[in-house]
Amino acid sequence: MIVTKGLTKRYGARLAVDSVDLQVAAGDRYGFLGPNGSGKTTLVRMLLGLVYATSGEIELMGRPVPGRVAEVLPEIGALVEGPAAYPHLPGPTYLSLLEAAGPGRYRQGWKRRQRVAEALDRVGLAGIDRRPVRTYSLGMRQRLGLAGALLGQPKLLILDEPTNGLDPHGIREIRDLLVELNKAGTTVFLSSHLLAEVEQLCTRVGVVDRGRLVLQDDLAALQGPTGRVVVHSPDAAAAVTLLDGRVERRDGDRLVVRAVDPAALTARLVEGGLRVRGIREERRTLEDLVLELTAAGSDHIGESRP
Amino acid sequence: MIVIELAKLLRRGRTWTSIGLLCALPAVVAVFLATTEISPPPGQGAAFLSAVLRAGTLYPAAALALVLPVFLPIAVVLVGGDSVAGEASAGTLRYLLIRPVGRTTLLVAKLVALTAFVVLAVALVAGTSLLVGIALFGVGDATTVLQPLPPAPDGSAPSGAGPPGSVTSLSGTTLTPEQLTLRLLGAMGYVTLSMLGLGAIALFLSTVTDSALGAALGALATLVTSQVLVTLDAAGAIRPYLPTRYWLSWVDFFREPLFLYDVQRGLVLQACYVLVFFAAAWANFSTKDITS
Repeated sequence: MIVTKGLTKRYGARLAVDSVDLQVAAGDRYGFLGPNGSGKTTLVRMLLGLVYATSGEIELMGRPVPGRVAEVLPEIGALVEGPAAYPHLPGPTYLSLLEAAGPGRYRQGWKRRQRVAEALDRVGLAGIDRRPVRTYSLGMRQRLGLAGALLGQPKLLILDEPTNGLDPHGIREIRDLLVELNKAGTTVFLSSHLLAEVEQLCTRVGVVDRGRLVLQDDLAALQGPTGRVVVHSPDAAAAVTLLDGRVERRDGDRLVVRAVDPAALTARLVEGGLRVRGIREERRTLEDLVLELTAAGSDHIGESRP
Repeated sequence: MIVIELAKLLRRGRTWTSIGLLCALPAVVAVFLATTEISPPPGQGAAFLSAVLRAGTLYPAAALALVLPVFLPIAVVLVGGDSVAGEASAGTLRYLLIRPVGRTTLLVAKLVALTAFVVLAVALVAGTSLLVGIALFGVGDATTVLQPLPPAPDGSAPSGAGPPGSVTSLSGTTLTPEQLTLRLLGAMGYVTLSMLGLGAIALFLSTVTDSALGAALGALATLVTSQVLVTLDAAGAIRPYLPTRYWLSWVDFFREPLFLYDVQRGLVLQACYVLVFFAAAWANFSTKDITS
């Protein structure tokens, strides 16, 4: 769906994107993670043909970008760096102008209205009135932007921070919507600095740091077991003795034990007559991984940056 | 895309506010002239003003003379400067381009919309001032003579008054209402086209910056510079190439016989400005990184 090879963008002396090889397959829910200012938005803009790469190649649905980007853009819906609309016009009017501006547009007014109404309905703005956009809340603007991205019933959604400004209900709604669209065959490419968002939504993750892609893998593989088990037991002290050196850390009645199989460990503890209140396999979290792989965002201006 | 740009133009409150103000200026002047009946001494003030007291049908021409030097160009520069930069600062430019709308298509649509704005503005100024003129000064009569105004460059001698119901041309001969209408339409068309060179400059600047105000002020600076240099004898060498050099030549439509040499030069000059600056706008915009 999206393939980039050695994609690089240089603004003067600053390297915004540094030889990125991105691979997004059809049907993926791809989370593109990175601190603020790490080049996420520049990359998204290059994918859409808004910004021209300094070097490297982009292929979108098999077509080279920016050479033949006009052929694939009709099948792509995107939200780039926040939603936008004409502040003096009502939201539906803006969508209708946007719909009419695209290729393969419906010249008949009623079909256009129908398309706009469908998109508004999908993002939970079905009952919107004729107020101008300048009176909208941040969440409503975000929903309007998403509706704009969904106008053409796209095969690929490229979304930059799609849940920005939404309340918890809104975030859940949009997440459900994206999962539903994905099940119906839409590939979702989501760029975000919110780990939780990516963790809950995506099947595949790419992590970018200071312009470089430092990680790209399936989320399930990344969240693999660490070879440790966390045990909660009122008999923690006895457990330390029983397990003899396999306990890495004790914190009150919480123990971190080197073990592969929680079931076997439970059996062992119960055999020894110890009570177990809770037990679970420790897994790597995306947060640990990302913090390990990336430096502080470019909005952190400290002296420690190299 | 052109239809969409026109729809956006017409749905914009600012379009109507600026046209409203353009129409208001001649109306205000007309009210003062009609209530005091003090007309500027012949040869001074805006062309035609001294004559309109006796012929309301000449008032559209006087209105054009009033808005041409400052108000109309400011309106053009504001709309032109906003055309691309306004979309950029609203953030809608990127969404239009990924719709996708071709960059060249968008620029052409913007230029067409700008032209439509000038046509609309000139037509409404002429239309309202015709109504105001007739209401306040009457239709005009045969004795209206404009002889004190500068004669035609070819020196044709002003002749006497014409038959009733007609108005007099600048050179003193009389024009029938049909001739007057045709000449007025010609002058309106010429004023419209005169604005396009400046409009193209504003459009070009609008692709350079993301600030609509910056683009408008830049084009305004060009306008002022050109106006200053046109009056400066020391700048005589470049005067024929200044964008405002032939702006006042629309007056030639009211000379008898018609003397359109300057009008032709003005049209060629405006066409050159539109071509050069539209090409520059295109070259800049189609290779630009859209980071707004």
